[in-house]
Amino acid sequence: MEEVGIQAHAQPQAAQIRSVADAVRRRVLEHTLNNNGGYLSQACSSAEILATLYLGIMRLGSSQEPLVPRPFAGVPSSDNPHAFTGAGYNGPKAPELDRFIFSPVHYALVLYSLLIELGRLGPDALDAFNQDGSTVELIGAEHSPGHEVTAGSLAQAISQAGGIALARRLRGETGRVWVFMSDGEFQEGQTWEAFAALAYHRIGNIGIYVDANAQQCDGPMDAVMGIEPLAERLRAFGAEVHEVDGHDPEALAAPALGSGERDRPLVVIARTDPCRGLEQLRERAPKLHYVRFKSDEEFATYRTLLETLRQEAC
Amino acid sequence: MESVQRPHRENLIHWAASRPEVLVLSADLTSSCEADGFRDAYPERFFSMGMAEQNMMGFAAGLAREGFFPYIHTFAVFICRRPFDQVAMSIAYPNLPVRLIGFLPGITTAGGVTHQAIDDIALMRILPNMRILECGDATDVESVLDVAQAIDGPVYVRMLRGEVPRLFDETKPLVFNRARVLSQGSDAVVLSTGICTEEAMRATTAVRERGLDVGHLHVSTLKPFDDPSVLEAIANARRGVITMENHSVIGGLGSAVAELMAEQGIGTRLVRLGLQDSYAHGASRQYLMREYGLDAMALVRALESLLTGPLGLTEQDLAGVRLETMRQVDKTEDL
Repeated sequence: MEEVGIQAHAQPQAAQIRSVADAVRRRVLEHTLNNNGGYLSQACSSAEILATLYLGIMRLGSSQEPLVPRPFAGVPSSDNPHAFTGAGYNGPKAPELDRFIFSPVHYALVLYSLLIELGRLGPDALDAFNQDGSTVELIGAEHSPGHEVTAGSLAQAISQAGGIALARRLRGETGRVWVFMSDGEFQEGQTWEAFAALAYHRIGNIGIYVDANAQQCDGPMDAVMGIEPLAERLRAFGAEVHEVDGHDPEALAAPALGSGERDRPLVVIARTDPCRGLEQLRERAPKLHYVRFKSDEEFATYRTLLETLRQEAC
Repeated sequence: MESVQRPHRENLIHWAASRPEVLVLSADLTSSCEADGFRDAYPERFFSMGMAEQNMMGFAAGLAREGFFPYIHTFAVFICRRPFDQVAMSIAYPNLPVRLIGFLPGITTAGGVTHQAIDDIALMRILPNMRILECGDATDVESVLDVAQAIDGPVYVRMLRGEVPRLFDETKPLVFNRARVLSQGSDAVVLSTGICTEEAMRATTAVRERGLDVGHLHVSTLKPFDDPSVLEAIANARRGVITMENHSVIGGLGSAVAELMAEQGIGTRLVRLGLQDSYAHGASRQYLMREYGLDAMALVRALESLLTGPLGLTEQDLAGVRLETMRQVDKTEDL
């Protein structure tokens, strides 16, 4: 198993994070071409956020799991001692280490791709993607690599993360809990219940990164249900809120790096572009949620684009 | 026969004293769910989550994943209906040891349709990993926490509050997946749960005096539902089985018994007393039990139809065997 080690506060090079983020985009594009379908725009919007979390913010130990993901071991139950979660890919649980809670699990392909780039998953891990009996599921669940909770019913992870953060505070642990969320989840009432509770109970060992790509399944968010002004709303709920360029690793990491104990949740609203790095995608707007190519011509266009991106990366 | 004032309130304080891993989460119904004593005794282990049940379920799940044992205290309707998806996905799917303590079962409240949990057992039964316990008296209330705590996974407890009758010997605690056999009999068997057990005891006592050979079991574990003593009693009931529950006849005890009988090939009649696929409304417990056929007389009528025809028993006859456990309906409930 490759050593990744504890990386936080190590002043990572923004260039390294950018490079990893671009590799994630290429891998997701490649997968989308090979499978004729994928959550491609989510990779474009979130690649730097997730890469910055893993490389520049979270204090994580080495992966505890095999490079080739274990097959599904059955649903959790009292009769199934073999059930497991994918949290081990984020390192061991220890009082001083951070935890990662992945909420919009439709982004699973992006997270798997990042874990591959980081050496926490093997290079062929996506071969098992969406295959019967695999944990590398289309929409991740708690057994999927890098996942710790079952979050596919959106907006449930923030509350579970709040409970984990509260438990860690009760035990006096110094590690923090980081949550990755999508902006669409701020349409769910539970999200606001959770922020009220986090603020009321002064839970400061939790930080939430929001991929604000302004897109959701039906199309642009403002054509579905508005959530703005998100920063003001969250501040009114008692959170410490930063709005940053979601493609700038230094801007993303800065709010998290302050030392000292916090007594309220930290939120970083990462304003992102769902077509970042793949200009071609803009032709498909406003429907960007799930990309499936329609013609041989479109396939050829994106294959050429992938080749170009690969050459640029060399 | 005695009754006990607020047995859960005192029991929870004593029971939790030596269990620092036990937490209580409440959604603005702390005194109403008799958790105020715990709150005052162990403020560092009590968490007020506000009127926000969906989030409360998620917090409980997170705490349980970290090794704590959260005891959710709120009304049963607000555990089973509003945050159903959160209970299913955040708690039941991962088989987390969250204990859901639901108050105001069925028509025990004058609070009306919004506060009356008539479908809670049905909703919790369909969730894989969920176990269901229901209390019928003060002894059940005082022993159910031990039973719940020993279960590896989520537990839904249908709890009683306020003045609760003591029907069963204090030294005979509720046992997981084991009905209390209250009387033996082979003409018919009555299976009752919760507050219906006291009514059933009155009715079975009265009909036994008229010569009927009726068995009676008090069921406190509704899931799993594979207690051998229940199966044996059903198999030995020559002319029929009657279930009696403070719940819709769809999805609760009556359905569980029907499924068991069908699967075991037991071909006898089944009469299901309970809410007949109907909502209820706000009124006193005694009034509603009579209106919806959950009282002793309803059981007498069912036994008559199953076994004998009219026995000529009147309300006064039943009053004569009144167990005198419910001195008055709790009028001072906080809703």
